[in-house]
Amino acid sequence: MNADPKGVLTGAHFIDGDHACCEGAIAAGCRFVAGYPITPSTEVVERIAERFPYVGGVFIQMEDEIASSIAIQGAVWAGKKAMTVTSGPGFSLMMEHIGLAAMTETPCVFVNVQRAGPSTGLPTQPAQGDMMQVRWGSHGDYQIIAVVPNSPQECFDFTIKAFNLSEQYRVPAFVMMDECVGHMTERVVIPPAEQIDIVPRRWFKGTPDAYEPYRADADLVPSMVKAGDGFNIHVTGLTHDEHGYPNMSVAAQDKLVHRLREKITRNVESIVEYREDQIEGADVVVVTYGITSRTALPAIARARRDGLKVGHLRLVVVWPFPEQRIRELASRVRAFVVPELNLGQIVLEVERCAAGKVPVRLVGHTGGTVHQPDDIYQAIITSGKGR
Amino acid sequence: MSEELYDLETSLPVNPVERFLRMDRLPHIWCPGCGIGTTVNCFAQALESSGLDLRTTAIVSGIGCTGRVAGYMNLDSFHTTHGRAIPFATGLKLANPGLKVVVYSGDGDLSAIGGNHFIHAARRNVDMTVVLINNATYGMTGGQVAPTTPMSAVASTTPYGNFESAFNLPALADSCGAVYVARWTAFHVRHTTKAIKEALLKKGFSFVEILAPCPTLYSRRNKLGDGLAQMLYYQENSEVRHGAETKDVALGFQGKIIVGKFVDRERPTYHEAMDEYYTRKLGEQYVHAVVGGA
Repeated sequence: MNADPKGVLTGAHFIDGDHACCEGAIAAGCRFVAGYPITPSTEVVERIAERFPYVGGVFIQMEDEIASSIAIQGAVWAGKKAMTVTSGPGFSLMMEHIGLAAMTETPCVFVNVQRAGPSTGLPTQPAQGDMMQVRWGSHGDYQIIAVVPNSPQECFDFTIKAFNLSEQYRVPAFVMMDECVGHMTERVVIPPAEQIDIVPRRWFKGTPDAYEPYRADADLVPSMVKAGDGFNIHVTGLTHDEHGYPNMSVAAQDKLVHRLREKITRNVESIVEYREDQIEGADVVVVTYGITSRTALPAIARARRDGLKVGHLRLVVVWPFPEQRIRELASRVRAFVVPELNLGQIVLEVERCAAGKVPVRLVGHTGGTVHQPDDIYQAIITSGKGR
Repeated sequence: MSEELYDLETSLPVNPVERFLRMDRLPHIWCPGCGIGTTVNCFAQALESSGLDLRTTAIVSGIGCTGRVAGYMNLDSFHTTHGRAIPFATGLKLANPGLKVVVYSGDGDLSAIGGNHFIHAARRNVDMTVVLINNATYGMTGGQVAPTTPMSAVASTTPYGNFESAFNLPALADSCGAVYVARWTAFHVRHTTKAIKEALLKKGFSFVEILAPCPTLYSRRNKLGDGLAQMLYYQENSEVRHGAETKDVALGFQGKIIVGKFVDRERPTYHEAMDEYYTRKLGEQYVHAVVGGA
């Protein structure tokens, strides 16, 4: 289906990533946002608070991030598309409810405008330090989907994408921005509503007697109803059976947790997305995501001018990770270089997939600023010379 | 007696609260003598006498013994995380104001780990009914001290007795702006039923605290006898004092229990305040939220 034109500010804008994220959410059909102020994400909810009364949305500033991250789930079960927005310290408080959303298969979107940590860290300065936390932060085995924009335009586009993937697979989906992307102001083109594809909720079409809330369809994702529809659903964070009732057996646990995992792993080829540049014949492939994909560009260009064959693979969807593609490349390139604004997170995934076939070189940076392109260039050159 | 003469299906009287329960989930997990089941019976009868549309009534629980109530009610029911039933219910209610939202959970869940959400929902006057079952301990995890455990009572984490002051929950709810505040015990089944019914029909943040025995953990450790003994204590030591100042209703160890309806007042709900304010400020440009839309 297409976006509701009432919420879409079609045209060219000069706005920052936080504001673009807000517009993406509204275009995606989000009509409930709960949030708690935290730098550098606050501008998203400030714009939401301003815009929502005009588009039939409800914004509530909750008492903390714990409350925000579950209020959105209440709203989802009442029939809304819903989102919360935060940064590192708040994100840490939300972990339990990421698990709840995964377990209860509640489609919802979390935006994390990353800042440098740990703890309060550098509130106003960028990092990419939450990339493993978003994947593994809540306890137990589960899967999530995370997209990483590198521009205000992508903050708009990828917020819509996160909503769509969240609805399609009934998982919490994450827009992993960072302070640079959030506060960077650029041209953002919002297309006409009829050109914006929206994935509606997987509403169950039958009658209550034919409905089992956690009976999955062929793609391993169950259909939903909302509170008030007369289905008397039960939703619990306990291990549950197809009927949604608690079931404390090893068999029920095994069946449920495997499905929660496989609904993503079996559909991974439809979910993963990356952008490649001059990968064919490359000796060194630079794997980037988010703002680092832009700081890497001068380094890659300079190394190419030096005569090196440098490919660039930019992750758009970081989770699930494009394992298959990295494995393929590992058998034909000489090295990977992974710059990121942390001391080594996504590089671990690249290493895992490279499985020792080729060297994987981290260009780590603790955040606060972006990389100096020269640091990335040196890593490319060193890697290109081989062992 | 042969089956032809006595048809079990049609001859047995139907329990009047059966239709409110998920009969396929019974038997429940609560111990003999536990007061939670009694309160569920009161809740079911209150639902019946309130005349509420069950189709649009939802129940939200947190974690713990009382947290299991949602799973036994034949309503849209949500068993959430520890302490977070109220913010989940807040999202549910604000996203569909047509729902009647009930939060049903325990003293530890709502006043310790969930205490922050409790005071803010009361402050905002979010339209929901909060039924808090106070058994003075954490039952599910084995009887640890709670913010409601009376001074000197023994718990597994206060083996020599509790030296922390307990919450006076009606006073907390009152001071934060709840529009309806009552306290009863599992002994007072008719009063409890009436109070829950009044709370359900009250617009705004309504709060009913119900004291309930935990014979397995709280009573046993404190040598207070079985569930029946605690019911006798409730009977002999409760004093009905409607309209009592909530600051005067704090509970002590096996002391006097002031019960009754303490607060019943009017305040605009969160949703009413939001609608009224935006309508006044933005006029016709204000777009009211519609139900659903995902």
